[in-house]
Amino acid sequence: MIINSRFFNRSELLGFLSLALLLFLILPLTLDIFRLNLVAKYLTYAFVAIGLVICWGYGGILSLGQGVFFGLGGYCMAMFLKLEASSVANTKIQSTPGIPDFMDWNQLTQLPFFWKPFHSLPFTLIAILLVPAIIAFIIGAAMFKRRVGGVYFAIITQAIAAILTILIVGQQGYIGGINGITDLRTLLGWDIRTDHAKFILYFVEVILLFGCICAAQFIRLTKLGRILVAMREQEDRVRFSGYSVANFKIFAFCVAAMLAAIGGAMFTLNVGFMSPSFVGIVPSIEMVIYTAVGGRMSIFGAVYGALLVSFAKTSLSESFPQLWLFGLGGLFIAVVLFFPNGLSGIWRDHVQRHVDRLLTLVKSRKRWSGRSIAVGAPAE
Amino acid sequence: MFGDYSVGDLGAIFAMQGFAGLILFSVYVLMALGLAIIFGQMGVINMAHGEFMILGAYVTWLTSSFVQSYVPSIFSGYFFIAMALAFVASGALGMLVEWALIRHLYKRPLDTLLATWGLSLILQQAYRSVFGAREVGVELPQWMLGSQQITDTIEVPINGIFVMVLTTLITVAVAYIMYRSRWGKQVRAVVQNRVMAGAVGINTEKVDRYTFGLGCGIAGIAGSAFTMIGSTGPTAGQLYIVDTFLVVVFGGAASLLGTIASAFTISQAQSTMEFFMSGSMAKVLTLLAIVAILMVRPQGLFALKVRK
Repeated sequence: MIINSRFFNRSELLGFLSLALLLFLILPLTLDIFRLNLVAKYLTYAFVAIGLVICWGYGGILSLGQGVFFGLGGYCMAMFLKLEASSVANTKIQSTPGIPDFMDWNQLTQLPFFWKPFHSLPFTLIAILLVPAIIAFIIGAAMFKRRVGGVYFAIITQAIAAILTILIVGQQGYIGGINGITDLRTLLGWDIRTDHAKFILYFVEVILLFGCICAAQFIRLTKLGRILVAMREQEDRVRFSGYSVANFKIFAFCVAAMLAAIGGAMFTLNVGFMSPSFVGIVPSIEMVIYTAVGGRMSIFGAVYGALLVSFAKTSLSESFPQLWLFGLGGLFIAVVLFFPNGLSGIWRDHVQRHVDRLLTLVKSRKRWSGRSIAVGAPAE
Repeated sequence: MFGDYSVGDLGAIFAMQGFAGLILFSVYVLMALGLAIIFGQMGVINMAHGEFMILGAYVTWLTSSFVQSYVPSIFSGYFFIAMALAFVASGALGMLVEWALIRHLYKRPLDTLLATWGLSLILQQAYRSVFGAREVGVELPQWMLGSQQITDTIEVPINGIFVMVLTTLITVAVAYIMYRSRWGKQVRAVVQNRVMAGAVGINTEKVDRYTFGLGCGIAGIAGSAFTMIGSTGPTAGQLYIVDTFLVVVFGGAASLLGTIASAFTISQAQSTMEFFMSGSMAKVLTLLAIVAILMVRPQGLFALKVRK
């Protein structure tokens, strides 16, 4: 049930259209394939950031363990691709042909049981969504049913991120260790390393991203979204009104986990490897900062935040590696202290007014000439 | 896993690993005491706590180098000067940070987490720029080196004993300050009811600042102690921050006794398991066990009943 009859209001439609214009037309036309691939990499974080908007911005649940779900999605995808890349024909020189190279280096002689289902693509795709959702459900059910929230939840999710990283790094033979799963080649026989494939994968990712944006917008506009906001503001009142607060929180956390996992899977496809350095505490907190910079209440802001911060990170750390950490740290502090609503807050407070005035000007002039065109017509 | 060892060997292993765990326990307690004051009493999540510790470690290193080259005559006792300096340096930085950053964020605890994370990044890079990326080790005076033979299979390093004595003294001092002194009474009053505490004439802002400073100062001493068992690098603090938070949460955030008990449990579990499996698996199992226990008992070991 959608409470608001319009799927996007005028300013959101504007955001949607300009983002579509940017991602579908401007960037692919202006950037070379190397830079476009970088944008694809940045956009994988936008999935996580959208999930955090739902979970943190709307639900008020700060998870510092989104890297866990990002990593789970990415590793599921990487395991499938790795199995395809280590077919018996490709791995003839190993002492045990047909298993991934790092297992062979670590004296494993057969595929561990949890790798076996990843021969199948449908299973992999389901696993990418379900494994993180199940883990998020278990964590969420255990914590939210006992009314643990806020700070404690953040710290425990952070500990889980630490645990998973240590586990992956420690289990070199089973999951690739600190190097991660590298040397991924084909997806069902289609070489993902060529420029052409990267171009196609970029568009697949952008389409998926817009699907996720619409899904997040749908959640936001339904009664569910309202309850999330109500819960964030006055949890007890929502509880006393007869809603099960815990279930709504679990739902929001699971949605965020699944979005992060989609991002992770796309990351593996676009970048061509997955490693524990995208799982742990530091990347998880960076994911939160994407959302905070973009604006924790704004879905589009989150996408721009992920793009801008990762772009700044790449360009600053390329040219001034010393300054990058100062810049990132300063950004954290500045956003928290001065711009709690991030870029979208700045946009809303300073730019939106002028855009609105411009639009009404256009609108009234058109009406004057006898036609009535509503800008941002209702989606109905 | 126990099959290959005789009973006597196992006893010695447990004693040695237990002692190794005690040193880890000391560092955990020192780190966690500061955090328990800041997080448990003030509700501020200080993600830069590890960096305050490392500041103490660097101060100790600087003092040791300085004393060694200019006044070698007092080298045997330099450690006490270094500890005092570490406390002052970390405490002063802590008070500065409280004034510039934290006091604007008391109403938004989750945001303190993000802001102090930013601070920790800045401090890390500052250490890297000033001291270089390489890890530095502190030269210990002669009397701290070597080890004490207790039985023919068990021997304990002297600096370990020193760290433990130090930890005990500091713990007692903190407990005295928090629970017996007039200032501690003010801190607890502010924690329980800020508005009422202000109404009866306590300068709550000043209490906040000194509490934060004290917590950071203790982290500095922890850093001093840390130099004896590990080498100091710009990112060494980050390795301990998650563990320390778990220690505090596991112990029950507002209880000093809980913090000590949980530091003891965690360090002993980790250190004993480390002997029988790889270090990373021992750590994974310890952390998993804590997270599992926290899911069942979210209030931690020793919960204080506070009206929210």
